[in-house]
Amino acid sequence: MEALYLLIPLSTGLVFFAIWLFFKASDSGQFEDLQGPAERILQDDDNTAD
Amino acid sequence: MGTGCYHCGLDMPPDAHWSVRIDGVDRAMCCPGCAAAAQTIVEMGLEDYYRNRSAFSAKVDGAGALPPELLLYDLPQAQEQFELDGEHAEATLTLEGIRCAACVWLIERRLTRVPGVQAVNLNASTERLYVRWSKALCKPSDILQAVRDIGYRAYPYDAARHDAQLRRAGKTLFRQLFVAGLSMMQVMMYAIPAYLADDGTLDTDMAGLMRWASLLLTIPAVCYSALPFFRGAYANLRQRVLGMDVPVALGITAAFGASVVAVWRGSGEVYFDSVTMFIFLLLCSRYLELIARRKAAGALEKLQHALPASAARLTAYPAQREVTVVAAAELRAGDYILVKPGEAIPADGEIVSGETSVDMSLLTGESAALRKRKGDYLPGGAINIAQAVVLRVSKVAADSTLAALLKLIERAGNGKPRIAMWADSVASWFVAALLLFAVAVFAFWQWHDAARAWPIAIAVLVVSCPCALSLATPTALAAATDRLVRQGVLIVQPHVLEVLHRTTHIVFDKTGTLTIGKPALHKVITFDEMEGPACLQFAAALETNSAHPLAQAIVAAANSTLVGAVIADEVVSRAGQGLEGLVDGIPYRLGNAAYVAELTGRPLNDRVPAGMTPVYLGCSGTWLARFDLSDAIRSDAQQVVRHFQKLGKNVILLSGDQQDVAQYVGGKLGINEVHGACLPEQKLAFVQALQQQGAIVAMVGDGINDAAVLRAADVSFAMGSGAELAQTHADTVLLSPRLSAIADTAELAARTMRIIRQNLAWASVYNLIAIPAAAMGWINPWMSGIGMSVSSALVVLNALRLRRVQRLKLRTGPTHSPHPLRA
Repeated sequence: MEALYLLIPLSTGLVFFAIWLFFKASDSGQFEDLQGPAERILQDDDNTAD
Repeated sequence: MGTGCYHCGLDMPPDAHWSVRIDGVDRAMCCPGCAAAAQTIVEMGLEDYYRNRSAFSAKVDGAGALPPELLLYDLPQAQEQFELDGEHAEATLTLEGIRCAACVWLIERRLTRVPGVQAVNLNASTERLYVRWSKALCKPSDILQAVRDIGYRAYPYDAARHDAQLRRAGKTLFRQLFVAGLSMMQVMMYAIPAYLADDGTLDTDMAGLMRWASLLLTIPAVCYSALPFFRGAYANLRQRVLGMDVPVALGITAAFGASVVAVWRGSGEVYFDSVTMFIFLLLCSRYLELIARRKAAGALEKLQHALPASAARLTAYPAQREVTVVAAAELRAGDYILVKPGEAIPADGEIVSGETSVDMSLLTGESAALRKRKGDYLPGGAINIAQAVVLRVSKVAADSTLAALLKLIERAGNGKPRIAMWADSVASWFVAALLLFAVAVFAFWQWHDAARAWPIAIAVLVVSCPCALSLATPTALAAATDRLVRQGVLIVQPHVLEVLHRTTHIVFDKTGTLTIGKPALHKVITFDEMEGPACLQFAAALETNSAHPLAQAIVAAANSTLVGAVIADEVVSRAGQGLEGLVDGIPYRLGNAAYVAELTGRPLNDRVPAGMTPVYLGCSGTWLARFDLSDAIRSDAQQVVRHFQKLGKNVILLSGDQQDVAQYVGGKLGINEVHGACLPEQKLAFVQALQQQGAIVAMVGDGINDAAVLRAADVSFAMGSGAELAQTHADTVLLSPRLSAIADTAELAARTMRIIRQNLAWASVYNLIAIPAAAMGWINPWMSGIGMSVSSALVVLNALRLRRVQRLKLRTGPTHSPHPLRA
């Protein structure tokens, strides 16, 4: 049970970290287009002349 | 992928000889545009596009040179708008022609190879392309050109501030929702052990730690996510009204405050789980509502962007066909403009050269393309889809049909229907009563069982749902209005939906409403051995160059039924009588009975049926034929009349035309009560008399001549066309020539009212059960949070069902063609 004394503060910190991460992603436009990336992943870039 | 053009998939024209070698196979192309685009794609090493695409590309016309108006963006002052910092620039472009995921890949690939381009991001769902580039290495036109080379069109996107604002609001709400959700989940984790643990199994230290952690995690939810409620409550209080945000904000504050005190003291109940969940669920229904509202605004927004910014003016037409690109706002009446296929028409005008099809779906809600030829009038905002045409501008952009429409829409935006105002005021009283009730409940429990006073008061505040009450009406009305705009029905006055379903009498005007307002050939009666079609051919030959409406009706009927033409020479007309001309050297006359009788030399004993305008054809000594013309009845008029009769409404025809003409039309449509020869004052008096007898009258007219009676009726419709619709006094404007839109509107009005009633009923029943239950202490705060949020969401979702209402199955065949010729 003693582990909880460590885990609970840790989980709290983790949530704040998640919020920070989400804000960063939101600022960079991660949630603007929820359709394009899903389709883009289907494209195979290996055989282009790049 | 089919046998057509390999690039765009369209059929090959017979003389096509273009081809491009793709992946070692020669592929046929339908036009130089497609071939050039395909060639570019191959040369860039992007053939993969063809392997991966799941739909054909858009047809490429006029690839190659960038249209001159887009070169304007290279000017230093135009480039300023793209400036990011000293070295870089960025722009958001609107893209046309995206068909599938492969397009996204292709465009991004192509652009990353433009020297100087640093970042490219194409949003497939909004069709917007974001580009950042180095100013020293490339110009905006290089980017636009690169996109054009591979067969797409890009334009700098006019970032309407309104749109940006909306998006920011949506983004903020989404963030608040996310933070609330995250903190709710975590707080629940800490709350569950406390709920589940048996007495004494959880040590005090551990419980204290979890309470502190919950407190910490609730802070972002209360201080950030709940901001909209606090702001709303503050605004409400400053205006001295009680809105629905007041109890919400109070509930959150009370629950959070009590919990903080409890944590500080180390004893007492904490409600962090309830607070976070309440905030999260309430934000969910807010978010839903925002999406609904934005969708409703979509149809109107599309209209606002329908007019293109630039136009191709033919400065020296018809002598020269040189084109200069000017801003659409600079066009003046009398200017000649060239409209290419695929372009939107920049101003109202008349076709002076060419023939094409146009898509007017934005303006009228009618999706079928309409054929337009020389002399026809095109409204700005329609899209030319077939051939290039030359137009003579008839109105400046500010007076155009579209501008008139937008003015109407603005007018429509103001004002709330009575039922919405009623719901608002009820909600306000409800909140006041609720606050008093919460205080009373608190006082009672304080005296009865002090420990339970706080949680019960909080539960009462939270469980009550003025939100559902306030959301019930506006969401439903917004959804219905959006649905109607997309069908070509514009609601100007807010009370339409509310009143329409209660109407008892539907009064129709005749000319231009039940009928199309233009004569059409109804029947040909022959008097001699010459057959009907031949007579019609002769008549059409004589009338070819006449501008008289009767003449045009005869020519139109002849064009639609006959092939091969007869030619008439030396045609002379006598005003108000008719005309005479030679066919194969023999003189013929076409006109009224007296005029033709001069040539035939003998009178004709003839009875013309009621409602018909006769035109006679004769030659020397012989009467040949009589053409019966009448104002054609709209093809869907009968079904609309039947529809309303079936609903038990009294359908009345009120016309300024002669009694027998009105009677004829009424008889055709099955309208029993017909009043002809009514002056505008008489129409007004008639409607007012009906109203005095307690009738609720809907009036359908053409908007201009019937202004007074339209204003007097409880609810009115105008058949809108052209710029006149800005002056219309009707409550509703039908933008399409479909009369059945009225039946659609009535149906939708009935559904809207039903849904509003359902919503209000649900909100009432819910509150009647939940509030007493909370006051009795049967519901704890977290349960009440769920209850109230679910009930709000239910109301919004119920309203959204209106968006999916289908058109009535009233339509048959073409929408406004006259009755077929019965010769």
